[in-house]
Amino acid sequence: MIIAVASGKGGTGKTTVATNLAMCLASKGQKVQLLDCDVEEPNCHLFLRLSFDTSETISLPVPEVDRNRCTGCGQCGDICQFSAIVCIKDAVLTFPELCHGCGGCSLVCPEGAISEVPREIGIIEKGCANGVHFVHGILKIGEAMSPPLIRQVKKEISLKGTSIIDAPPGTSCPVIEAVKGSDICILVTEPTPFGLNDLVLAIDMVRALGLPHGVVINRADVGDRKVVDYCHQEEIPIVMEIPDDRRIAEGYSRGQLILDSVPEYEEKFGALFENIVALTPSVEVKE
Amino acid sequence: MKELVVISGKGGTGKTSIVGSFAALVERKVLADCDVDAADLHLLLEPRVKHREDFRSSKSAVIDPGRCVQCDKCREVCRYEAISENYVVDKIACEGCGVCVHFCPEEAIKLQENVSGQWFLSDTRFGPLVHAKLGIAEENSGKLVAVVRQNAKLLAEKEGLDLVLVDGAPGIGCPVISSIAGATAVLVVTEPTLSGLHDMKRVVDLAAHFHIPALVCVNKFDLNPELTGQVEDFCRGRKLKLMGRIPYDTVVTKAMVQGKTVVEYSSGLVAKEIEKLWRHISYELAGG
Ligand code: SF4
Ligand code: SF4
Repeated sequence: MIIAVASGKGGTGKTTVATNLAMCLASKGQKVQLLDCDVEEPNCHLFLRLSFDTSETISLPVPEVDRNRCTGCGQCGDICQFSAIVCIKDAVLTFPELCHGCGGCSLVCPEGAISEVPREIGIIEKGCANGVHFVHGILKIGEAMSPPLIRQVKKEISLKGTSIIDAPPGTSCPVIEAVKGSDICILVTEPTPFGLNDLVLAIDMVRALGLPHGVVINRADVGDRKVVDYCHQEEIPIVMEIPDDRRIAEGYSRGQLILDSVPEYEEKFGALFENIVALTPSVEVKE
Repeated sequence: MKELVVISGKGGTGKTSIVGSFAALVERKVLADCDVDAADLHLLLEPRVKHREDFRSSKSAVIDPGRCVQCDKCREVCRYEAISENYVVDKIACEGCGVCVHFCPEEAIKLQENVSGQWFLSDTRFGPLVHAKLGIAEENSGKLVAVVRQNAKLLAEKEGLDLVLVDGAPGIGCPVISSIAGATAVLVVTEPTLSGLHDMKRVVDLAAHFHIPALVCVNKFDLNPELTGQVEDFCRGRKLKLMGRIPYDTVVTKAMVQGKTVVEYSSGLVAKEIEKLWRHISYELAGG
């Protein structure tokens, strides 16, 4: 089963839910994988005592033009929708950071003058922490496009056991790349006007993608009741509530899991998993 | 005209609450909400929309089933696995590269422009605001951010205002790059947690990559004084200017629930520290 953990608003506790859930399942002897797809600001590793086994560079194919073959016909510039290759007079210029790697220019060039060379966009690291198989992507600083890197991280999903995805915040393309294809998307929010506003956007997103979903309310006793009312009105299941607790906040600031700062939570994250299983009746968890 | 962009790397550090308070404190400015993906500033400012425009930018392929002979060429050339076995384009997976359009021998495919969002020009009790809404599951947030900033600057020029104050997006990817490129300075709002420190380092590197001076403020600094120390040591090591520290107080959430900025809602310590923070920033913006 693939569980994506996302949130419209950042900083609501997505990473907390993903890491604690993963650890809780692993401690019960389940096969579990955690994939940090928040490649712009990956944080899961800060909460896990990890040893990384592998690190791999991830690249996108970008065009390289052989000037000796190029006749300046301009067909490459015509096909490119992203102005990543342009032909001005007889010279072809490329702008690799705009290139989406679609391969159109090399396919269309009548002279075979374009080859594709790799351009680094980030790295993927893999490791293990107390029984959790962990993968994350780290986007290179200055790189605008995270979806291709997220796609690579998700290629590591193993279909056995449970895979938990920590998605980036928001509702646009990187989030969609991270959550699509999962069996359920858990949206973490807080009961404030900002939390509600961004939850509504996130619910619209999971509905547009047709994903089963549930809501975790973090710091459930701050703010107001409008998030709960909204969930009831829209018949969205609330799968967990985590009260505001100084022990959790302090532990979090030091990179500690809730399971470590407040051990009673072992049971609560177990209950969260049961709620998730109940919402995805058609998914069987393969051991 | 100066342009200050408030960013955080990590979400939830209190960026928007601080921008809201600045909106109340600072005169002669245009506000811009560039967190187009999950915009929240309007919840504090109650904008009255005066002008709205569709944002068209993303394209996706559409196959005319009447012309399609199922030759499979499009599926061969598409690198995004966006075309199904029965030749229907998955709008969400499609990047709009148009390669299938070019290679379809039957000319059965067209690229269609999507309305991927809207942007607005509004009045608020603190002056003009340019903001936007990205459509559900849409891409090109970076381009929409550029449109918002561009219009905010045009408005500031037209009205002879001195400052554009921008609420940026979380992360370090396309919308953030698009919100900071060419700005006078960024203010990084961070928090004393390991994640806050980790994410701040990446966003500071991003600002350095684009040669934008970065100012730093530690929000909720008293939650973990030791980590606040680490954040500040990092700043000193990197010669980043520290602009202020704001204590943790539930007054921030209470103000938000009332739809008010902190400095309107209270005159307590948090409000005083935010005022001080702005004094330091305006001194820096004026040339230090
Ligand atoms: S690979 Fe595609 S996006 Fe990149 S330059 Fe060529 S046509 Fe443009
Ligand atoms: S399509 Fe090939 S030959 Fe024509 S301008 Fe581009 S690189 Fe040169």
